Amino acid sequence: MAWKNKRLLWLQSGGCGGCTLSLLNTEAPSLFTTLADIGIELIWHPSFAEQSLDEAMQLLQRLADGSEPLDMLCLEGAVMTGAAGRFHLLPDGQSMSTLIEQLARRAGQVIAVGTCAAYGGISAAGDNLTGATGLNHSGNHPGGLLGADFHAAGGLPVVNISGCPTHPGWVLETLALLASDSLQAADLDPLGRPRFYADKLVHHGCDKNEFYEFKASATAPGQMGCLMEHVGCKGTQAHADCNSRGWNGEGSCLTGGYPCINCTAPDFADPGHGFFSTPQVAGFPVGLPTDMPKAWFVALSTLSKSATPARVRQNAVQDRIIVPPSLPKKNKA
Amino acid sequence: MSRRILGPFNRVEGDLNITLDFADGKVSAARVTAPLFRGFERILLGREALDALAIVPRICGICSVSQSVAAAHALSSLYGINPPPNGQRVLNLIHAVENIADHLSHFYLFFMPDFARADYQQQPWHAATLARFQAQRGSAIAPMLEARALLMRFMGSLAGHWPHTLCLQPGGVTKVVSAAERVRLQQWLRSFRRYLEQHTFGQPLEAIAALDSQAALEHYRQQNPDADFACFLHIADNLQLHTLGRSYDRFIAAPAYASAEGSWSPAGVWHAGHSQPLALDAISEDSHSSWLAGDGPAAPLHNDTVPLPDKAEGYSWSKAPRLAGAAAETGALARGLLRGENLLCDMVARDGGNVLSRVVARLSEVARIVPLMEQWLAGLQLEQPFQHPCPAAPVQQQAIGLTEAARGMLGHWVTLDAGRISRYQIIAPTTWNFSPRDSQGLPGPLEKALEGVTASDPQALQVQHIVRSFDPCQVCTTH
Repeated sequence: MAWKNKRLLWLQSGGCGGCTLSLLNTEAPSLFTTLADIGIELIWHPSFAEQSLDEAMQLLQRLADGSEPLDMLCLEGAVMTGAAGRFHLLPDGQSMSTLIEQLARRAGQVIAVGTCAAYGGISAAGDNLTGATGLNHSGNHPGGLLGADFHAAGGLPVVNISGCPTHPGWVLETLALLASDSLQAADLDPLGRPRFYADKLVHHGCDKNEFYEFKASATAPGQMGCLMEHVGCKGTQAHADCNSRGWNGEGSCLTGGYPCINCTAPDFADPGHGFFSTPQVAGFPVGLPTDMPKAWFVALSTLSKSATPARVRQNAVQDRIIVPPSLPKKNKA
Repeated sequence: MSRRILGPFNRVEGDLNITLDFADGKVSAARVTAPLFRGFERILLGREALDALAIVPRICGICSVSQSVAAAHALSSLYGINPPPNGQRVLNLIHAVENIADHLSHFYLFFMPDFARADYQQQPWHAATLARFQAQRGSAIAPMLEARALLMRFMGSLAGHWPHTLCLQPGGVTKVVSAAERVRLQQWLRSFRRYLEQHTFGQPLEAIAALDSQAALEHYRQQNPDADFACFLHIADNLQLHTLGRSYDRFIAAPAYASAEGSWSPAGVWHAGHSQPLALDAISEDSHSSWLAGDGPAAPLHNDTVPLPDKAEGYSWSKAPRLAGAAAETGALARGLLRGENLLCDMVARDGGNVLSRVVARLSEVARIVPLMEQWLAGLQLEQPFQHPCPAAPVQQQAIGLTEAARGMLGHWVTLDAGRISRYQIIAPTTWNFSPRDSQGLPGPLEKALEGVTASDPQALQVQHIVRSFDPCQVCTTH
């Protein structure tokens, strides 16, 4: 494994900055120590760099015209292409989208951090008056700012660390793999996401699995039961390992008591229904678990509902355990 | 007259450019530009009312919970319910964690690194400041980030994750706390308190909260030269930061941290030594200098957000909120004045709002809120509910949700039509502080604060100190 210091530039455009703030949550060691350890020099970041104003602008121009090398470009936030770039202007009147494109065509590796930079995300939701788009995708479609055929100088397409927000582990592990030239095109899924987290489903490791197995469903956020049938949860379809790696120590949307809204998917912000409700046809959820034949799902859920233990059925609509699991007979009083 | 365009400002949340006009070597006029527009007020239109809870936190990665709190308050009114006491306490805990983390990020990551710049290398305090506060590398950074991440474990436990939680609902919170979880949370909070008392303050939090005059603050500084807060006070004294960045000295705040006994920090307007109630119907949005349709003052409940990128008189995507036609400053200093904190009232009586008093207000608030968090945790009645069920349909069609983000007053003005959002206007803290000129030509608070400043050095460092003293959040500003 060839380790050498890679020069990383981080830019923000049409986003909330939340992926950066989430990155700061990384633990043991903290962010800047980790970056140094994995061989990355953060040459500029809008939240952390010392250089401001003209010195920042001059650095960006040197990187854009190639007079200083750029190994890695991270973009956080969508690219604002509407109104000839007027929705995000630099102080010299140049549009941010123009600068992003120049830099992306110089950089050895280009990384979209968050669903906005990858696909447009929430910034492209609704009527998308601002022409918000991702670097290499616009929604589900290849293209975006850089075009479907784009490959960075190092040979990879844009690496899409989607998520709204991104888990700090997704970002830092991707950067560590890239810095050591250990991430190949085959390690990305068809939407450009690193497979190490995107080949898992939020459903894996979910706290509510027993309720799912017996189709013992909650009717509102905050209840213990499975949130898929009534409360909009998309954990069985969402590509991410949220329940097998903790957020902020030990959390996930599901441990927090609310549904997964599939925030790693390009179009999560326009689900076509309320975020807290599940559209149904003939009493069954429209969005079924990935890869599961519908007839089997219907058959299995009918069977499992008929076998649901009273404990699971009763706890499902409570906010805490009302009926504990029973003990083996030999332990009973 | 000469003109200078400054930007991009970094170590602020979001994007910021400033145009300065000079006369006789000093700033004669400043124009503050928020150069990024996303249009969340439009993204919300047509959605189910509760969907605001999924959309609004994504306005901002640093004030995410504050946006959720404002929406949840508006939805509580729309649905005619209120959280039970446990729900309110957990909401307060989650909100306090975000606000404290923001204050620390601002101080250690955004604000202090400016004093470590080579521009100050002739100053006697520079070597120590460079070692401790240099951007990314200073010795204070890693311990702060570790303490911050530990505090953020509250979010994993209570809110699923941060940012962008959905745990705050109109009827309370989606997470109940068990006795075992509470002792775990209490242990994390004790560890966080230890960090603050050892590194940030060098004193028990209660001693910081008890500082009740500028003389007491000065005594603290002399007695604790190694504490990070005292390091700042020493630099501030040396650079006379109390003379920098004074604005209109009209302060505005929303209620913060509600409980059955009322809010810990009250809503109000503070001006010339007196506080008055906040009259919501006196708040207007002016779009004269914004790249948005409209001109003079409009009531937020009846206003829209329509971008006009080519508008000739526009120079910012931010609107200009005004209170009865006046510009007002919001933030930790406003909250402290409205609570009647003696130290802050003393400082503002002498020198008004300025770079020093804004930073002191922020850090002393941290010292006050951690003990409050300890009380809220201890006060949870674990066997009681944390949430009331949300009715199937809203009972009101219009509501206002107000709260205090770390950086000041945040308001959501919401109108429904047949259960769906037909209008959603947001006025964020930095919309107040960094607003452009209004249709009367009145500069916004930062624009006012920059007038008269000398900015001939390459870095315009005084300008940078003033800008960052407001702890701006530009992604909230334009949303």
